[in-house]
Amino acid sequence: MSGSEDSIVQFDNVGLRYGTDREVLSDISFTLYPGSFYFLTGASGAGKTSMLKLLYLAQRPTRGAIRMFGHDLITQPRHALPEFRRRIGTVFQDFRLIPHLSAFDNVALPLRVSGISESDIQKPVSDMLDWVGLDHRRDARPATLSGGEQQRVAIARAVIARPEILVADEPTGNVDPDMAVKLLRLFEALNRLGTTVVVATHDVQLLRKVPDSLIMRLDKGALSDPTGALRYPPRRGM
Amino acid sequence: MALDPLVRRTAPRFGSESARMLPQTRIAGPMPWVMAIMIALTVMAAGAGLALNNVATNARDEISGGITVQVVEGAPASRERQARAAVSLLRARDDVASVRRVPDEELADLLEPWLGEAANDADAVPTPALIDVRLSGPVTAPRLRELRAQLLAQVPAARLDAQAGWLAPVFEALRSLQYLAIGLVLLLAATSVAAVWLAARSALGTNRDTIEVIHHLGGTDGQIARIFQRSIGIDAALGGLAGLMLGIGAIFVLGQQFAALGSGLVAGGTLDWRDWLAIAAVPVAGIVLAVLTARFTVIAALRRML
Repeated sequence: MSGSEDSIVQFDNVGLRYGTDREVLSDISFTLYPGSFYFLTGASGAGKTSMLKLLYLAQRPTRGAIRMFGHDLITQPRHALPEFRRRIGTVFQDFRLIPHLSAFDNVALPLRVSGISESDIQKPVSDMLDWVGLDHRRDARPATLSGGEQQRVAIARAVIARPEILVADEPTGNVDPDMAVKLLRLFEALNRLGTTVVVATHDVQLLRKVPDSLIMRLDKGALSDPTGALRYPPRRGM
Repeated sequence: MALDPLVRRTAPRFGSESARMLPQTRIAGPMPWVMAIMIALTVMAAGAGLALNNVATNARDEISGGITVQVVEGAPASRERQARAAVSLLRARDDVASVRRVPDEELADLLEPWLGEAANDADAVPTPALIDVRLSGPVTAPRLRELRAQLLAQVPAARLDAQAGWLAPVFEALRSLQYLAIGLVLLLAATSVAAVWLAARSALGTNRDTIEVIHHLGGTDGQIARIFQRSIGIDAALGGLAGLMLGIGAIFVLGQQFAALGSGLVAGGTLDWRDWLAIAAVPVAGIVLAVLTARFTVIAALRRML
């Protein structure tokens, strides 16, 4: 596989199809570098969610090669994948909060999965809930939260363990413009700390709010590269 | 907000918080009740099997080496003379551990239920003299043959029977009942496994979204399986305890009723401390079985996910 040694993610001629349908992603090749901020854009049905599923390891490609964190993921045994997943934060489009857990416990989940002791969980989770403006709703179950509040809990859960890659599927879709900007600032803060951020969105206004971001555009399963981000290493430490 | 590097990358495990990953529906759910019924039935079957084993063992010990000598002679004087001769001959042998002439009164009492008052009248119904003999060591066919030959030479009216011989059908029946009890225990264990398998699959289906989220957050199959193990283990423990109480209660009541029969054979079926220990192990085995079944079911289902 071609590509730089210091890349964090590399796709090489990746194709994905579900069952016997036509490919939803075709010949996808790109390289993501540590500390970069990417927007993945495209119309509905362009394949953004499928691409993100490959990035957060919910799906294996039907062809091609993927390297992540310096490892060939195609040849990784199944039991090795959880360790990779713990290095990736994911904001799902439908939030996927656990309904019987409080906002606090939902946010704490990645830390508990990683084996962090309860005493080390309390403060960072409280701080994170405070940052997304939900500390007063820490004991609330998802069903009692508004759509925007649920989305903020989902984002807090995705970033709490300080992942090396953050993958977010339409993370600002259900929040007001002020909160959308606030959440983007959180992603930028994470990005400054070294996290590679990939945000899928169809909101072009959002792209302008992160001026140094790089753009990947999907159209009917094919990838275009309007900022040249995918062919050349971008600047570091944006 | 400070984002400290919190996450350890190796050896993840859930702490006690894992119990909260699944909604807790125990008591209201069917699992503890199913387990309670299964464990109660298994405890009763195991108790019955152990009691039958004790009955058989005690009876076998009691009649091992036992011989009954009857002096079948109509004339009372001759019967008495031959009985005395038989007792003397038997006591003279080195391989005879004990000899007891069954007193006529005891014989009459034994026969009274069948013969009525006539059993006390030796003239009305002549009864044989009975001698209860215990050999040192088991009764074998050659020993019996040799003893019979010696006895008949001096006591022509003597009839010899090994006690184990006429109780053999009883032992066969007891053995069959023991096999039945073992079969019941195995069937109940298989049914418990099936019940836990169904419960685990149902819980997997109900909590699929939760499992997928934990899976995507980097939860391992072992971590997810442990959530179910813990949940089903607690259900099984609650059910097992209730089942044990129910089963022991049933054994106790049945024991009282059988004890009231006053039969020597039944009295031999009393459970000792080792039996109670085995019965107490039934719910423990049930919990282990439930936890292992849950683990294998959940892991098999998770393997179908990436």
